[in-house]
Parts: sequence; structure tokens; C-alpha cells
Amino acid sequence: MRNKILYLLGIAGVAWLARNLYIIFLGLPDEAAQGAIYRIMYFHVPSWWTCFAAYFVSGVAGVMYLVKKNQDYDALAVASVEVGVAFTLIGLATGSIWARIIWGIWWTWDARLTWALITCLVYAGYLMLRRAVDEPTTRARFAAVFGAFAFTTVAITWKSIEWWRTQHPGPVISFRTGGGNMDPAMENMLFSNWGAVGLIAIVLIAVRMRQEQHLRLIEALRRQVHTL
Amino acid sequence: MNFLTQTLSVAAKDLRSEFRTKESFNAAASFAIVILLLFSFAVDPTSDQIREMSGGLLWIVYSFSAALILNRSFARELPNDCLDALIASPVSGAALFLGKALASFVLILLIEALCLPVFGIFYDLNWATQPAWLALVVLLATWGMTVIGTMFSALTVNLRLREIMLPMLVYPMLIPTLMAAMQLTTLLIAGQAIAGDDFVWLRLLIGVDIIFTALAVALIEVVLVG
Repeated sequence: MRNKILYLLGIAGVAWLARNLYIIFLGLPDEAAQGAIYRIMYFHVPSWWTCFAAYFVSGVAGVMYLVKKNQDYDALAVASVEVGVAFTLIGLATGSIWARIIWGIWWTWDARLTWALITCLVYAGYLMLRRAVDEPTTRARFAAVFGAFAFTTVAITWKSIEWWRTQHPGPVISFRTGGGNMDPAMENMLFSNWGAVGLIAIVLIAVRMRQEQHLRLIEALRRQVHTL
Repeated sequence: MNFLTQTLSVAAKDLRSEFRTKESFNAAASFAIVILLLFSFAVDPTSDQIREMSGGLLWIVYSFSAALILNRSFARELPNDCLDALIASPVSGAALFLGKALASFVLILLIEALCLPVFGIFYDLNWATQPAWLALVVLLATWGMTVIGTMFSALTVNLRLREIMLPMLVYPMLIPTLMAAMQLTTLLIAGQAIAGDDFVWLRLLIGVDIIFTALAVALIEVVLVG
């Protein structure tokens, strides 16, 4: 039953993405200043929102693990980080492609970009730390502690465009000032595509989390066989 | 014993055992001098270029040699099961952590104090134009490095591949501290005052120190005891 719901959600996410792609490429006009390349924003911005949300979920799940000592929280934490790292890479790649067209260079050592790369490296470290620890409860504990430290880099990346002067475009949407100065049709599409990307991310996290749970079950069975 | 005496006695114990053998201190100090020497081949040591990158070079040396000290911080306790004895002793995890951090802090500061004049002599730099500001930056950044390093030293002490895991986890987390320290040190060695936009680096340094110290003190029991 749970599997079927997951498949259905996955299909719904992909269908939603396909519909958005159709509108993005055929429905919406080019942007006045940037031309066609601005469309990459519909993937770049939602990828970053998704990966930040995934890291946040992972941080909360880590703390919950430390409080409740329930391995399911650890499974959620690692699933979120893995999906988060994937979306971080998508964000870096789409950003580089956009920069090549608009700035003429693939990369610049600007505060936002640098911090985004640091975040990516720190969470890659998280995944490597997990591989170095064999014992499941120790692994979960250490990962939760490392996750707490790692999340500070996400917070700094988020705020970097306010703290430093950067080349990176300012926020397109601001909740404090009540929205950016984007055209409503474009703004709606940005949110709509975040919905689609986010739904796919949720399905991926759920699938990955179940894999972790199954892995733990297999380990437990293996230990049981060994004792026999 | 109250918290402060516990912390200080752990720090005194670490420093005493380090100064009796001097194993990691000598290694870290000579390693630092070797890297300082290597820079003379990487960049033209007589050009003005060296002045513009002095902060960066200096902090690369500091962070490399600090890693050697920090790696030993908890690994020193492994023979004879000293770590288990320390954890079982009536000393709180936070006091143990702060004591160990304090000992490493003193050792790293000693190495830095040793390297700075050598750096000045080798590359003809007058680093003492703003000693108070430089001391502040060095103290803040070194504490930041020490807290992260000691915490991750505790985290990796029982792992296989410890020597590989520690630098791999520590350096990305050190980037905020090192980035700020490099920017500010370059400014200070060039004789400029910290003004305007540069204060963001000082704020970052202080903020990171506070956040990481609080996180480490709060989470060390989880790492050591479970």
C-alpha cells in the first residue's frame, strides 16, 4: 500500500514537471533583459530551496534521533542529505550554465557561490563519515552531531547575499518585503515548479529512507544467523 | 572539584604529558617551518605579491600544523584505555572537552608565535604594525580552529582511517574561520586598518566561535558517552 502511494506521488510529480516544462518553454515569453536563458531559474531556484529544505529536515531528524534514539530518524536524516547533495549539484550546475551565458564565465569566487560549494563539500563529508563508522547506533549518533555543525554552513549560504556584496542576483522572492518585482505569471511558475521538484524530492527521500530501513532489517537478520 | 578546576586540571594534564615527550609539538613546529620554506618556491619570495597573500600563506601553515596537534588531542588517550578512564572519571564531558581544547589552544598558539617571526624574516614582512588587532584575530581564529578540531578529534578517535577522516571533516568546517582570518591578517600585515566592510569578517569570526563552542559543549557528551 505504502509503495503504491509512493509510486503514485512520483508519477504525479513527473507529470507536474512535464506540464511545467511545456508552459516554461512554450507558454511563457523570454525575459526582457536576459532572453531565453532566464528559464534556467525555474530549476536553479527550486533546486536550492529543495536542498536547503532537505538539509533542514536532516538537521531536525538528527536532533530527533538524539532525543528519541529511534533509528527511523537516522534513516530520514541520511536520506535527506543524499537527496540534498544531489539537488545541490543540480543547483551548482544550473547556476554555472546561467553564469556562462550572462557573466561569460562558468564560476566566480563570489560569496554566495563559494558558500554553496562549501555546503556541498561539508555534506559530502557527512556521507563519508557515515561510511567510516560500522556500528549503526554510533553511526547515527556521530552523523547527528556532524549534521548540527554542517547546518551552520547552510545558514551562512542563505544569508551570504545580504552579508557580502556579491555578483549573485538578489532574492527573487522576499517574504519580508512582500514579494519581489517579478511578473505574476513567472512568479507563479517558479512556485509551481518548486512544487513539482519538491514532490519528486520527497518521493526520493521516502524511497531512500525505506532502503535504509530494509538495510537495517537485513543487518539484524544477518546478526541473528551468525549467532545461530 | 568545580567545573573550572576540572577543566584546568584536564588542560594541565594534557600540557604536562605533551611537554614531557614533546612528540606532537616538535612534529607540528618543524612541519610548519617546512611549509613556510616551501612557499618560497611556490611564489617569488622577494616580490610584493607575497605581501598581498601573506594572510593566506600564514593561515595555511597554521591550519596544517594545527591538524597535527588536534589529531593527537584524543588519540593520545587511546593507549592503556586512558580515554575510557577519563570518561568514567567524575569529570563532565564539557569539562573534559574544554580542558582538551584549552591545551591544544595553548600548543597551537605557541607554534603560531614561533612561526610569525620566522615568516617575517624569511619574506621580509613587517607584521607587527598593528599588534593588538593581529593578536585579536589570531586568538579568535585559533580558538575557532581548536574547537572544531577538538570536537572532530573526539568524533574520529575510534574510527578506522582516523588520520584520513579528521582532515577531511575538519578542513571544510574550518573554511569560515580560515576565510575570515586570511582576509583580516592580510589587511593587518599590509598595514591597513579594519574598517567598513571588513568588519563583516570579524563578526563572522566571533559568531562562528560562539556557535561552534556552544554546539561542541552541548554535544560532546553524545559523542563520548552516547
